[in-house]
Amino acid sequence: MSVLYVLFPLALGLAAVAVAAFYWAARSGQFDDLETPPVRLLGDDPDDERG
Amino acid sequence: MNCTHCALPVPRAAIEPGSVAQFCCQGCRTVHDFLRAHGLERFYELQADAPGPRAPAHTTGGGYEHVDHPAFREHHVSRTLDGLAWVELCLEGLRCAACVWVVERLPALQAGVVEARVDLGRRTVRIAWDDRRVALSRIARLLDSLGYPSHPARDSDRVEQQHREHRRLLVRIAVAGAIAGNVMVMSFALFGGMFTPMAREFDALFRWTSLGLAIVSLLGPGREFLRGALAALRTRTAHMDLPVAIGLVAGVAWGAANTIRGVGHTYFESLTAVIFLLLVGRYLVYRRQRAAEDAVELLFRVAPATARRIEDGAVREVPLEALACGDRVEVRAGDSVPADGTVVDGCSRFDLSLLTGESAPREVGPGQRVWAGTHNAGGRVEVLVEATGTATRAGRLMELVERFARERPPVVRIADRIAHRFVLAVLGLAVVTAAAWWSIDPERALEHSIALLIVTCPCALGLATPLAVVAAIGQAARRGILVKGGAALEALAAPGCILLDKTGTLTCGSTRLVAWEGEPDVLPLVVAAELQVAHPIARALVLGLRADAGELPSVQVAAVPGRGLEVRAPGREITIGSPAWIAERIGAIPAPALRTIEAVTARGATPVVVASGGRVVGCAGVGDPVHADATPAIAALRRLGFAVRVLSGDDPRAATAVAREVGIPSRSVEGGASPERKVDVVRRARADGGCVIMVGDGVNDAAALAAADVGVAVGGGAEASLAAADVYLREPGLGPLVELVRGARRTMHVIRRNMRVSLVYNLIAAGLAVSGRIDPLLASILMPLSSLSVVTLSYRSRTFAPSETGV
Repeated sequence: MSVLYVLFPLALGLAAVAVAAFYWAARSGQFDDLETPPVRLLGDDPDDERG
Repeated sequence: MNCTHCALPVPRAAIEPGSVAQFCCQGCRTVHDFLRAHGLERFYELQADAPGPRAPAHTTGGGYEHVDHPAFREHHVSRTLDGLAWVELCLEGLRCAACVWVVERLPALQAGVVEARVDLGRRTVRIAWDDRRVALSRIARLLDSLGYPSHPARDSDRVEQQHREHRRLLVRIAVAGAIAGNVMVMSFALFGGMFTPMAREFDALFRWTSLGLAIVSLLGPGREFLRGALAALRTRTAHMDLPVAIGLVAGVAWGAANTIRGVGHTYFESLTAVIFLLLVGRYLVYRRQRAAEDAVELLFRVAPATARRIEDGAVREVPLEALACGDRVEVRAGDSVPADGTVVDGCSRFDLSLLTGESAPREVGPGQRVWAGTHNAGGRVEVLVEATGTATRAGRLMELVERFARERPPVVRIADRIAHRFVLAVLGLAVVTAAAWWSIDPERALEHSIALLIVTCPCALGLATPLAVVAAIGQAARRGILVKGGAALEALAAPGCILLDKTGTLTCGSTRLVAWEGEPDVLPLVVAAELQVAHPIARALVLGLRADAGELPSVQVAAVPGRGLEVRAPGREITIGSPAWIAERIGAIPAPALRTIEAVTARGATPVVVASGGRVVGCAGVGDPVHADATPAIAALRRLGFAVRVLSGDDPRAATAVAREVGIPSRSVEGGASPERKVDVVRRARADGGCVIMVGDGVNDAAALAAADVGVAVGGGAEASLAAADVYLREPGLGPLVELVRGARRTMHVIRRNMRVSLVYNLIAAGLAVSGRIDPLLASILMPLSSLSVVTLSYRSRTFAPSETGV
């Protein structure tokens, strides 16, 4: 059971990484507009990706 | 036959035989041609899949020169690090995936544009461009020809500030959520340990880690509740944060003590979940309110922000910010006046209704003053600017608005009223519990009373109001009612006094035909004659009679200023004018026509008489008609328990006449009220008790809207009134007002039901804690159950659904 002493910090570390990633995403404005990206996706077509 | 561009039906007169493409209006044709010319037909594929209502395309064909002006650049254009200019523009007509696609195609359509990013929620586009290669006016004209007239968005500092606030809330939720989830997982292990004992060292590990995380959660994201509770204590007011903070602090402190001692319960998983759930509830309210505020703000961004300045004899469009005292500006028919000033050239009629509430246009000539925000309903005039911006009459009124908005005592929210009693009850019960257990088992007295404080920490109660308000504001927005905050909904639910503005609120706010009696064969002559005259009365007659007039003959018209028209047609001559003038010309007006004239005058309208061959052949009434739904709506408001009064800036006689028409007795009417007087009336009504609702549309109402418990702005209102009001009704008429009050009552009903449900949970938990039977496992089952039931009840309730009874 002493493996818990390894797994515990590991799990908390992972959670911290997730929170840090979210913090970075929020700071860089990825959640500022939640309406446009889903409809912007509809407009993307193969031609644009080449051009 | 449907329009090729917007798919709405094409009016029969506009159908072109033999053509494949059909258009309902010129705007649609322009945009369609433009899209085809640039190979953007994919727009139609995307539009076909997009849900939601369609609207015809709208183009202004404007030159947009003002956006190249240094003053505009200074206020609205910023620079990116790589030397590009960027600007945020509000776009009219932006609504679906097709719009996003076509607007974001700007860089491909116009060399020099580097990026265009649409924000559909706020209806804005952010454009980065190289201002050495292309002028912003060119980009704006391009957007216009795509069917998106643009306006400067609000200053970028405020947008940035809002984004920061939004991100801060999200990060707080993320931290609280991650901690709540991890503490919950650890508590499973601890709960398991209740049944099959685990090694002491692991028990300690779980507890210490949970304690650490709970402290981070309380001092990090949970700081908000502590701060709110401290503020409530300092100002000696009740606030929902107080019972929450008591529970949280007691819980974490007790848990810490037990962790150090290594015995006894900890409640960390419930406490961290409370922080997380309450923050989510607050975030949802914040988003809904911001959406409503953005929608209202968009309405007044659309107001023109330009003036036509005369520079060395030439007219140039400049932004309002560039105007200075001593400038000469041109105000064309249909324009709003950009600044206060004196007319130096030209004669016209000005519609002052938004500024003063007067329904009748005022004749203005050289030497007379005009004010910013009034509307030129006649011909072109030149104005010498004497005051701009905040120094104008409208600007000074805006300052009043800000003052009253600041001074207005906040509505005491139901949650806070309950919180007050809740805290007293819980603290009292804790003392009783401690005393009772002292005589039974002194060692457990403290434990049980602290457990009580922890398990009654009001999570569901804290969510009861926000969730009901979020659901209601969302449903209201879909019905054209924009509510800026939950406090307004709560205030509206109590009966009180409704003060209605007259022009634009009770009435349509524009001059229209309200009565016509006469021989049908003069109609074509009247309409043909009035078509040649630019006067509000003439326009009203044309609009009202055109449909019945049939084919129009050619006529010769001679206008007699201030009196009427002499009309000559082949084989017939008629005169149209005021009763006095007609009486002068034909001797006397016969009795039946006099009765009609009297009836028209009694309704507050202006009579117009048509005479031919020495006798009266027609009689029309022109005025500002009341909304069709006004009378039933006022009756409905009375049934809902409101005293309905009229508070108008217009002439007292006109106000009384309109009030009588909708069933309001003259003692409840006050006319000729200045903006300051309106505020005074609102304040006195508030002093009498009850909720005071002010409904209005004009700049002159704005201060009163801000001073009332709830300010309601109605469709087509001035910027000042939109900014000052708590609620904006998009549809004209008073029907939406009734719907608003009914919706608010239903919302209040949902809030009360939520509170009862969550109080039942608290009672159960308190009962268990007092009797010493509660443990963390039971608490962490009860808490989410109660919150879940509140969530379900809130989202399943229909607050702003159409009512079965109608108005």
